Amino acid sequence: MRAGLQFVCAGLAAAASTLFAQNLAVKGETVYTMAGAPIQNGVVLIHGGKIERIGPASQVVIPAGYQTISAKIVTPGLVDAHSTVGLTGYLNAATDQDQLEHSAAIQPELRALDAYDPEERLIEWVRSFGVTTMNTGHSPGALISGQTMIVKTTGHTADESAIVPTAMIAASLGDEGRAEQGKSPGTRGKEIAMLRAEFIKAQETRKKLSKPDSAASDAKSGKDDSKAPDRDLKTEALIRVLKGEVPLLVTAERSRDVISAIRLAKEFNIKLIIDSCSECALVLEEVKASGFPVILHPTMKRAGGETENISFEDAAKLTAAGIPWALQSGFEGYVPKTRVILWEAAIAAANGLTFDQALASITINAARIIGVAARVGSLEPGKDGDVALYDGDPFEYTSHCLATVINGKVVSSGKF
Amino acid sequence: MPLGYNSLLPMIRNFCLVAAACAPLALAQSNPIAYTGAHIITVAGAEIPDGVLVIQNGRITTVGARNAVSIPAGAQVVDAVSKVIMPGIVDSHSHIGEPEGGDSSSPIQPDVRVLDSVNVHDAHIEKARAGGVTTANVMPGSGRLSSGQTLYLKLRKGNTIDDLLIKLPDGSIAGGLKMANGTNPRGTPPQPGTRGKAAALVRAEFIKAQEYRAKIIAANGDASKLPPRDLRMEELVEVLDGKRTVQFHTHRHDDIMTVIRLSQEFHFKVVLHHVSDGWMMAEEIAKAKVPVSVIVIDSPGGKEEAMNASPVTPARLEAAGVPFGFHTDDPITDSRLFLREAGLGVRNGLSRSTALYAMTLANAKILELDSRIGSIEPGKDADFIVLSGDPLSVYSHVLETWIEGKKVFDRSDPHDRLEQVGGEGASHDQNPFWADDDGDEIGGRS
Repeated sequence: MRAGLQFVCAGLAAAASTLFAQNLAVKGETVYTMAGAPIQNGVVLIHGGKIERIGPASQVVIPAGYQTISAKIVTPGLVDAHSTVGLTGYLNAATDQDQLEHSAAIQPELRALDAYDPEERLIEWVRSFGVTTMNTGHSPGALISGQTMIVKTTGHTADESAIVPTAMIAASLGDEGRAEQGKSPGTRGKEIAMLRAEFIKAQETRKKLSKPDSAASDAKSGKDDSKAPDRDLKTEALIRVLKGEVPLLVTAERSRDVISAIRLAKEFNIKLIIDSCSECALVLEEVKASGFPVILHPTMKRAGGETENISFEDAAKLTAAGIPWALQSGFEGYVPKTRVILWEAAIAAANGLTFDQALASITINAARIIGVAARVGSLEPGKDGDVALYDGDPFEYTSHCLATVINGKVVSSGKF
Repeated sequence: MPLGYNSLLPMIRNFCLVAAACAPLALAQSNPIAYTGAHIITVAGAEIPDGVLVIQNGRITTVGARNAVSIPAGAQVVDAVSKVIMPGIVDSHSHIGEPEGGDSSSPIQPDVRVLDSVNVHDAHIEKARAGGVTTANVMPGSGRLSSGQTLYLKLRKGNTIDDLLIKLPDGSIAGGLKMANGTNPRGTPPQPGTRGKAAALVRAEFIKAQEYRAKIIAANGDASKLPPRDLRMEELVEVLDGKRTVQFHTHRHDDIMTVIRLSQEFHFKVVLHHVSDGWMMAEEIAKAKVPVSVIVIDSPGGKEEAMNASPVTPARLEAAGVPFGFHTDDPITDSRLFLREAGLGVRNGLSRSTALYAMTLANAKILELDSRIGSIEPGKDADFIVLSGDPLSVYSHVLETWIEGKKVFDRSDPHDRLEQVGGEGASHDQNPFWADDDGDEIGGRS
């Protein structure tokens, strides 16, 4: 009764869930809170969409009127630190691929909010495996392709789904940053030159804007030509990066591109997040010294071209080096149209990470790196009621996700 | 730069190894090796919790429970307690070795052989061994109605494609014919623009082949009456004669039925590949008595005709009694993680025994090599893998891969481990001039 039907069932569950479960109790034989040791025979109480209390069943009494669901393993809702789902659709046809605009090399003004399709089937797909939060948006493939946003994997409109409407500005170096033949940038040197020129321009505009009275006083003294600069969406987006309000997410596979990204970030005092980083293992000391976090490639990302030196053990190497990192589902041009971070973490867990380290990379550590740890990523009082329930070790091929809870509502249930 | 001693050494060594690879069975271990204490999944019968596997001269000689097997004198005994042994994995659809098929000149090119393009030093072959794959159907692509002939390869360590071939009793080389329908083979003329045109082109070609075959039969051995040689027709006659199976790429429900219809009209042996809509076509496929080669992908879609792809297909096929095997379609999925598909099949309702059968003996049957490979049974080729744990667990690793009594992958060897987990240099061709000091990158280590 599964196959195509599973989507329909999950859809019904999502629609029906608004009718009940204002108060929800989630019981787990083992509850991984990601904020301390796992709790055996634990209970998570959710009230008004927020976690109210959490602890062992012996100490947490489920009040009357709470709907109760239970499973062998309970974890925080999973956090995918970098996806394109919602801009990328499952059909992979021109009509459902809004992750990359080819008309210009640098377009930080493109908002994910204006392109995100909350009805996309891939959202439902990843949600059925426990994913509750995603940083999603414009993909690698242009020097600056646009913005990302952070969403909960529910909602009927992009605005309803969004928890951070502009999360990051997405940039790419190396092959992914190159424009088509005959257009700039065509080389690595040109990529960085173009980025530096653009950020210098933004610095100058920022300087002008930082003197709010100058336009008025100039107008009084008759100097009309020096009034405040015209609004420019591109520059405004880059100024937010310069101010440190929005991090720059730079996809860099080759080690030299990772180093270039760090050099650029230091020059402009930018908050950098290193993305994918297939050759991180070759520059661990430099990445560690930079202090910047890494959103690592999917563990099963294909090796070849710029990713030829990728390893199942990259996650373990970053952990050993003490570099803050999270996992991502990333972008695929063909199949699988989206990866599932649960399974990417599973392969990392089988290749040098502990269970807790692997789970942290798709929960609390992901939430920290994308800047939403105050709300999601762990099961703690006051945080959003986002929970995933499994019938066994979530990383095992043969386990299932039984239910996904967002803001205290069961948004997916079955045996996925 | 003059060639120094250090440069020449690998060349000399390789020469020796090439010679060895020319006669793989003759040089396979002549002393028996006995693996004791492993959990053995024979696939031919019940799993043996505390088993013994004995191999000699490239073949399996004995398998059974520890207390029921006598280990031959002089055998090298290997303690395999806590390990799992299962048959070498058979992949019924792969693109390892950079196989190239037909070009854009015409839609149906059965004359084109991947034999003439496979790179045996391709790192993907090494990685497949690291995933426990011992035999693979290496196919050209699906961009043509027929991109040409496929090869069923043993992933022996070899220096030329000849070292990896499987010779059949009649002297021919084991392989199938790749065909495809749906949207991949579409294009501008001479490629078909619609499904109707695609089927019409295939039918016209097979009718020509029927007529060509009739002329050969009519000649009755008289060379003067034979039609002029035609490579395309010769291959299609092999298909009509049942000597070559059509390995047919097909996704959508209606395309699956088109394949069945064509195979019934021309009476050719066929295997349905991918079958994204297989979960809704299980009964029709069962009725047609056609075997299937399936793939499990991490999410649906990627193209319109795969929009309804579901991981439940294997369970549905099992329930309907359809014989099926799994495939990697490497690089679509990674050969190093091929066992993952069996695990995901079980996650979605497939039985454990059918999942393991679909990785091994089912595919051996699909390739018509089940008399030699696919299970651990006395007399069969000593193709097996040693795992650190249960094959359906994400935490298990392939520790060793054996083909015809030769170890072709060993996780404890640093080079082999690099191929299995990845890292710097893992994707390079296994080039002799870049070899490590032990010359691992090439040839058949004996």
